[in-house]
Amino acid sequence: MIALADQLLVLVLLINFVVLGTSRLIFSIRAVAVQGVILGILPALIHPFSWHLVGIISMILATKGAVIPLLLYRAMRSAGIKREVEPFLGYVPTLLLGAVFTALSFGFAGKLPMLAEHQNYMFVPASIATLMTGFLILTTRRKAISQVLGYLVLENGIFIFGLLLAEAMPIMVEAGALLDLLVGTFVMGIVINHISREFSSLDTSRLTSLKEE
Amino acid sequence: MFSILQGVYDPAAVALIAALALGFAGIPGLFLRTPGPGQMCAAVISILASMVGIPAALVLLFSHATTTFVLEWGLPFGSCELAIDPLSAFFLLPIFLVAAAGSLFALGYWPAAEHPSTERGLTFFYGILASSMAILLTARNGVFFLMVWEVMALSAYFLIVTEHDSEDVRRAGIVYLIATHSGSAALYVLFSLLAAQTGSFILPVAGSLSALPPAAMAIAIAAFVGFGAKAGIMPLHIWLPSAHANAPSHVSAMMSGVMLKMGLYGIFRTLTFFHDPPLLWGAVLTVAGISSALLGIAFAVAQRDMKRLLACSSIENIGIITTGFGVAMLGVSSHNAPLAYLGMAGALLHILNHSFFKPLLFLGSGVIIHAAGTREMNLMGGLAKGMPRAALFFFIGSVAICGIPPLNGFVSEFLLYFGFFSQLQAPSLIYLVLLAPLLALVGGLAVVAFTKLYSSVFLGTPRSQGAAHPHEAGLTMLLPMGLFALLCLLVGLLPQQAMRLVAPAIASFMPQMSAAVNPAEYGVMLGRISLMALLLVVIAAAVALLWRWRLGSASVTSAPTWGCGYQRGTSRMQYGATSFSELAVSVFNGIIRERITRPGLNGLFPGAAGCGDKPTETVLERVIAPLFTIAGVSFAFLRRLQHGQMHVYMIYIFATLFILMLWAH
Repeated sequence: MIALADQLLVLVLLINFVVLGTSRLIFSIRAVAVQGVILGILPALIHPFSWHLVGIISMILATKGAVIPLLLYRAMRSAGIKREVEPFLGYVPTLLLGAVFTALSFGFAGKLPMLAEHQNYMFVPASIATLMTGFLILTTRRKAISQVLGYLVLENGIFIFGLLLAEAMPIMVEAGALLDLLVGTFVMGIVINHISREFSSLDTSRLTSLKEE
Repeated sequence: MFSILQGVYDPAAVALIAALALGFAGIPGLFLRTPGPGQMCAAVISILASMVGIPAALVLLFSHATTTFVLEWGLPFGSCELAIDPLSAFFLLPIFLVAAAGSLFALGYWPAAEHPSTERGLTFFYGILASSMAILLTARNGVFFLMVWEVMALSAYFLIVTEHDSEDVRRAGIVYLIATHSGSAALYVLFSLLAAQTGSFILPVAGSLSALPPAAMAIAIAAFVGFGAKAGIMPLHIWLPSAHANAPSHVSAMMSGVMLKMGLYGIFRTLTFFHDPPLLWGAVLTVAGISSALLGIAFAVAQRDMKRLLACSSIENIGIITTGFGVAMLGVSSHNAPLAYLGMAGALLHILNHSFFKPLLFLGSGVIIHAAGTREMNLMGGLAKGMPRAALFFFIGSVAICGIPPLNGFVSEFLLYFGFFSQLQAPSLIYLVLLAPLLALVGGLAVVAFTKLYSSVFLGTPRSQGAAHPHEAGLTMLLPMGLFALLCLLVGLLPQQAMRLVAPAIASFMPQMSAAVNPAEYGVMLGRISLMALLLVVIAAAVALLWRWRLGSASVTSAPTWGCGYQRGTSRMQYGATSFSELAVSVFNGIIRERITRPGLNGLFPGAAGCGDKPTETVLERVIAPLFTIAGVSFAFLRRLQHGQMHVYMIYIFATLFILMLWAH
């Protein structure tokens, strides 16, 4: 089962590159949704069966696979944009940076003092790589929706790390984290709406005009 | 959550509940759609809470015991103790009194119907401010103290910026916010040092620390800076005049009457931790106090904004209290029990007195602003004709604050004078006698300042259209003023009784020395003051009756003041507020200057011209403002970090995280 989990993690890493490399927002949203679904399946593979686990997984699948993508679709439709144009850093450089970060995170994870049973798995490097990818998206993209996607990827990275830590995660913690994510996305959806109404564009670099002189 | 160790019905629990009730008073109003009932509800709750809280505080004061509660808060700073000892109970009295009076006053002064957008916040934060101050007095855990302190500071900020449409108000708010947080920074240092000394954040018991190690000196300095900034001791007073002037009047009353005292309480409390304090501490406090008093009242004389004048006079009164406290510390250090007793009695009694007459005057200024529509004294005049009752109350407050018998200000200042002169025969502290003429100078200047205030506002003829048709204030505004005026008179007439209120707090401050003092000795003296005051009141009443009687039998014609038979007399022929004080201010040219712009008079028939003045503080303009400018210029490069680019902000976070990861590895 662990071997399967490792393969799924490779998929997660590949999805990171998909999100980094595409300019079509719909495609990015779908990719992040797929990443969420994969992450939802992962706990089932590494933890023994329990009803509590079933509850958590179904909640993760519903939230990350359906609700959040739907919210983002709506925000995108109401703002009327389809593509991320002119990012601060082009697609090819970000892809390259993403590759560098992924490599670095594998190196870094190898040096971390970890329990013996975690030593050989990809959880930690995948987690750090996904986190870095999230940061990369957050810092290089201009549109507010891309930034929400970056935030989601970032959260996915943290989630992978959480998989390792807790053998049996308390349901309250899980539910709390999910709720956090959902509310965060919800609020950002509202913010996106306001940005697009105020500046008639979703370009967050326009926010500099709010700066206090 | 509260695990109350003692029984539920003890006075300490009642006082705490009353304090919490003050904080909740403004909450119902936040959820009501129609403006009005919320404010009424807040006033009722505050008054009820005070009617319960004041007796409870009195019982606690006279019980000479300390009641302790432990709050289980689950934070890693040790257990959170709440305790009420006589010192706390003494400071609780003005809080309850001013909170109740202020919220009653607000009904007439800031009616919800006229200020629908600001009333809710004002009522809410007013309750929070009062409540946080009451809780602050009970806090015995350094971290909890800081939390409550911050609540107090911030709620005062929101009260100051109630009228945030105006640029002046926002500016005053920012200055206050910077000043209070600079003070808070010093308090963080203070409580960290204390925790390092004692090993826990629980505040040490009285007299348990030695004053000898250098850390004790650092603690004393941090306390002086942190608490002094809140109390407004010079040179930490810069926030005070503008904040008090720009806040609504009942808020100024609360801040000046009570919040400044929280700074003093902090200094008192901190210094009780030490036994055998060095002589230097008392000397520093005394010098800082007397210079605050002198400079504060000099600033007050120069002001033309009525509320700024009152605020500067608060600096003066805080200075007088600090002087008394410094003298008491000198007494403690030199094991001179009578000196310590007199200084402490003067300081504590003046705290009580100031929390009677200063709210009275600030509430009075609110009534005046309602009637005249301005704070500028040069535009008022003749208000006494339209509002005789408010004028009478204001007069009582003015006389009291000048320290003139038979009112209360005289009693506390008299105790201080007595303390100074008691050292005439002493071998070491004879130079304390020199403070007496300084305090007398302060008193004299106070008379100038308040004569200026009262005469230019209430006497003469109106100097502007706005002040021409004053109307008497409503009952909700007159009632609190009348209450304070009555208290001023009572303390002046019965100083022995007021001393009984102060005595337990003194005893808790210097437990080992209070046995060496015989209060009865001073009781006799105070009895004589009481007799004299009574005589004065009787004479004043007799003169007033005689005057009434003479007026009643003659025909009375009324004419404009300073009419003097001129055909074309105008109100501009009378002394203005500025011209009244010009001479007195010119003496203090180095510290405060009235910048008067005079028109040049040319030719035989000069045309119309204007004349204006602006009081400027030299310390502020020459020292503090340039310092801020230098700081602003030299840290300008930091502003480049805040540029509004979201992505770069993300990179900051990312870089921080990265560095932390590398560092930890």
